[in-house]
Amino acid sequence: MMPVFRTVCACGRHGSQGEHDHAVAAEKVVEEALLRALFPDRALRRRFLAAVGAGTALAALASVFPLGAAKEAFAQGAGKIEKPKLKVGFIPITCATPIIMAHPMGFYAKHGLDVEVVKTAGWAVIRDKTLNKEYDAAHMLSPMPLAITLGAGASPVPYTIPAVENINGQAITLAIKHKDRREPKTWKGFKFAVPFDYSMHNYLLRYYVAEHGLDPDRDIQIRAVPPPEMVANLRADNIDGFLAPDPVNQRAVYDGVGFIHALSKEIWDGHPCCAFAASREFVVSMPNTYRALLKAILDATAYARTADNRKEIAAAIAPASYLNQPVTVVEQVLTGTFADGLGNVRKVPDRIDFDPFPWHSFAVWILTQMKRWGQLKGELDYQSVAREVFLATDAAKLMAEAGLAPPKSTYKSFSVMGKPFDPMKPKEYVESFAIRRA
Amino acid sequence: MTQRLLAAALSLLLLTLGIGAWYLATLPKSAARVVDAEYAKLIGAEAAAGSKSAFPAPQELARKLLEHLRDPFYDRGPNDKGIGVQLAYSIGRVLAGFLLAAAVAIPAGFLIGMSTLVYRALDPFVQVLKPISPLAWMPLALFTLKDSAVSAVFVIFVCSIWPMLINTAFGVASVRREWLNVAKTLEVGPLRKAFAVILPAAAPTILTGMRISIGIAWLVIVAAEMLVGGTGIGYFVWNEWNNLSIANILCGILAIGLVGMVLDLAVARVQRGITYAE
Repeated sequence: MMPVFRTVCACGRHGSQGEHDHAVAAEKVVEEALLRALFPDRALRRRFLAAVGAGTALAALASVFPLGAAKEAFAQGAGKIEKPKLKVGFIPITCATPIIMAHPMGFYAKHGLDVEVVKTAGWAVIRDKTLNKEYDAAHMLSPMPLAITLGAGASPVPYTIPAVENINGQAITLAIKHKDRREPKTWKGFKFAVPFDYSMHNYLLRYYVAEHGLDPDRDIQIRAVPPPEMVANLRADNIDGFLAPDPVNQRAVYDGVGFIHALSKEIWDGHPCCAFAASREFVVSMPNTYRALLKAILDATAYARTADNRKEIAAAIAPASYLNQPVTVVEQVLTGTFADGLGNVRKVPDRIDFDPFPWHSFAVWILTQMKRWGQLKGELDYQSVAREVFLATDAAKLMAEAGLAPPKSTYKSFSVMGKPFDPMKPKEYVESFAIRRA
Repeated sequence: MTQRLLAAALSLLLLTLGIGAWYLATLPKSAARVVDAEYAKLIGAEAAAGSKSAFPAPQELARKLLEHLRDPFYDRGPNDKGIGVQLAYSIGRVLAGFLLAAAVAIPAGFLIGMSTLVYRALDPFVQVLKPISPLAWMPLALFTLKDSAVSAVFVIFVCSIWPMLINTAFGVASVRREWLNVAKTLEVGPLRKAFAVILPAAAPTILTGMRISIGIAWLVIVAAEMLVGGTGIGYFVWNEWNNLSIANILCGILAIGLVGMVLDLAVARVQRGITYAE
C-alpha cells in the first residue's frame, strides 16, 4: 500500500523534519566556519554581523565564495547510513546515562538510527558480545578498550573509544558498621569490591589506599564483583565496602546497608569512568553509521550536562527496561542532592557529570596505572596507544558540528589527590610511586 | 484413599505453618523514624527506621504474584518482558539443547553399550567430562561459538548429554543374555535385534537418563541465563536482583520450581508408559 501522506519537512526539500534539521544544522556549520575564517577575531565578527545582518553578510559573501557548493560538499560528507538498525549493549548503571537515555528520549532516532539498547549482565559478557559482533557498539569501562587493544585479559583486537560517557559519578561506600572508621589507615584487612579488574574503580581505589600508605595487594583484599551483587554482599557482610558506580552506592544508602565515605570526585575531580566503545573495524567499515551514532551520543551527553534536565533523565532511565531502580535513587545520583547514609543530605551538583571528550591524557593515566599494578608488562608507547584507542580528533570534529566547544589540545595535565600528572612523562610518573608492582 | 487425604491435609498444614512463621518473622519491628523528614524522603522506609531493608512479607509476594499473573505476556522492548515470555524463552532453550543431546547421546550410547571394547575405551573420557560444571563451559562457548544464544543452548546440550549417554550405554549393556541368545538362535538381523530386542529392553533405563537430564538442564538454564542475560527466567531473576526486589525473585523461584516439576512429570509419564514387568 502506498502511504497517503508523505512526511516532509518545513521547507519541503527534505524527507522528514529530522533530515531538515540535520541539513540546516550542517549549512549553519559551513556558514559559521566561513565567517570565522574571514573574521578570526570574535568581537570583530560580531560587530560585522550586527552592522549588516547575518543574511546580508552571507549573501555578500556568496557572491565571492561558492557557498552553495561548499554546503553541498559538506552535506555529502554525512552520506548514507550503512546500517540503520544497531544493537548497543549497556550495563545498568548511571554511567551509561547518555547511551540509555538516547533511546527513550529519541536521540538515536533524530540521527536516523534505529538502535536497540540491550541490558547486559556483566563486563566480561559485554566484552565478549561486542567482540562477537552481537553488539555494534557498547558501554564499557574506559580501561577496557585499552586492555582489549593490548590483549590484556582477552585476545588483542583493535578497539576504540569515540567518546567518554561520564566523568566523576563513583563513590567509596562502606558498611554502616564502619561508620566510625573513616581513616583509611585503619582499613587493614578490609575486603573491597570493584566492578572489574580493568576499571577506573580498581585504579582509583588502589590509588586512594596507596596514598594512605596501604598496599592494595597485601593490606586489603580487592575482588571483582558485578555491581548488582555488591549491595547484596555488603548486606551479608561478605565485604566491608566497595568503590562502585552509581546507582549502587545510593542504593546501599537507600536500603540502609552502607554509607557514602567519599565521592570519586574527591579523589580526582573530572576523572573519566565509562566509555562508549566500538571496534576499529566498525569505525572504519561503516563511517557514516559511526558518525551518526557518535553524534547521537554527543547530543545526549550535551543534554545530560545541563543540570535542569537531570530530573527528566532520571525518570526516563529508571524503569525496568533500563536501570530498574527506584526513581528517587537515580534522581539523587544525577542531581547530586543525596542522602549520604549517615543522616546528612549533601548537595554536590557535579557528583556526576557528562563530558564526551576522550582526552589522550586520560588514556595515558589509565595505562600508567595498568603498568603500576602489573597488568601490563614490558615497554609501552603510551602516547601512540592513547592515540589509537581514544579517538579525540573525531570527537572534536563532531562536537564542533554539534555546536559544542571541543578543547584545542588532546592532552591536559591534572592532579589526582593533589599529586600532579604530566601526560608527557608517564614512565617517570609510574616510577614516582612508592607502592607499585612494576 | 484416606491416607491420600491425610497426606494432602498434612501438606496444607505444613504450608500454612510455613507461611505463618514467615509472616511473623517479617512483621515490621518498629516504624519509628530516626531521621528528619527531608532525609527520610531520600531513603527506603526501613533505612529511615534505622535498620536494613527487610525481607518481604508473604502478602507482598502475593501482591507481586498477582501482578505477574495478571499480565504474564507483556513485551515492552528487549529489556522488559513478562514472566510468561521469559519462561517460554527458557523452555525453548532447554528443549532445543535437550533434544539435540538426546539425538546424539542415545545413538552413541547404543554403540558404546553394544561393544565392551568401545565402552572401556571411551569410559575415561566420559568420566572426566561428566563432572565438569556446565557453566565452566560458558566462557569457552562464548569464545568459540561467538554467539550468546547458541552458547546457552550448547551449555544445556553439554550438561544433558552425559546422564543420557551413560544410562543408554548401561541399559544396552545390561540387556539380559537370554534374550540376546534367543535372538541369535532365531537368526535375527542386527538392525532388527537393536530395535526389536535391545531398545524395548533398555528403554526404561534410557528414560531414567532422560529424566535426570531434563532436571539438570532446567537447573542449568537459570544459571546460564543469569550469566549471558538478554531473555529467559534466569535473566528475569538477575534483573530483579539488580533491583534488589526479593519479592520478584521469589516469584521467579516459584515459577522455576513449577516449570521444573511439569517437565519432570512429563518425562515420568512417558517412562511409565514404556516400563515393563519381567
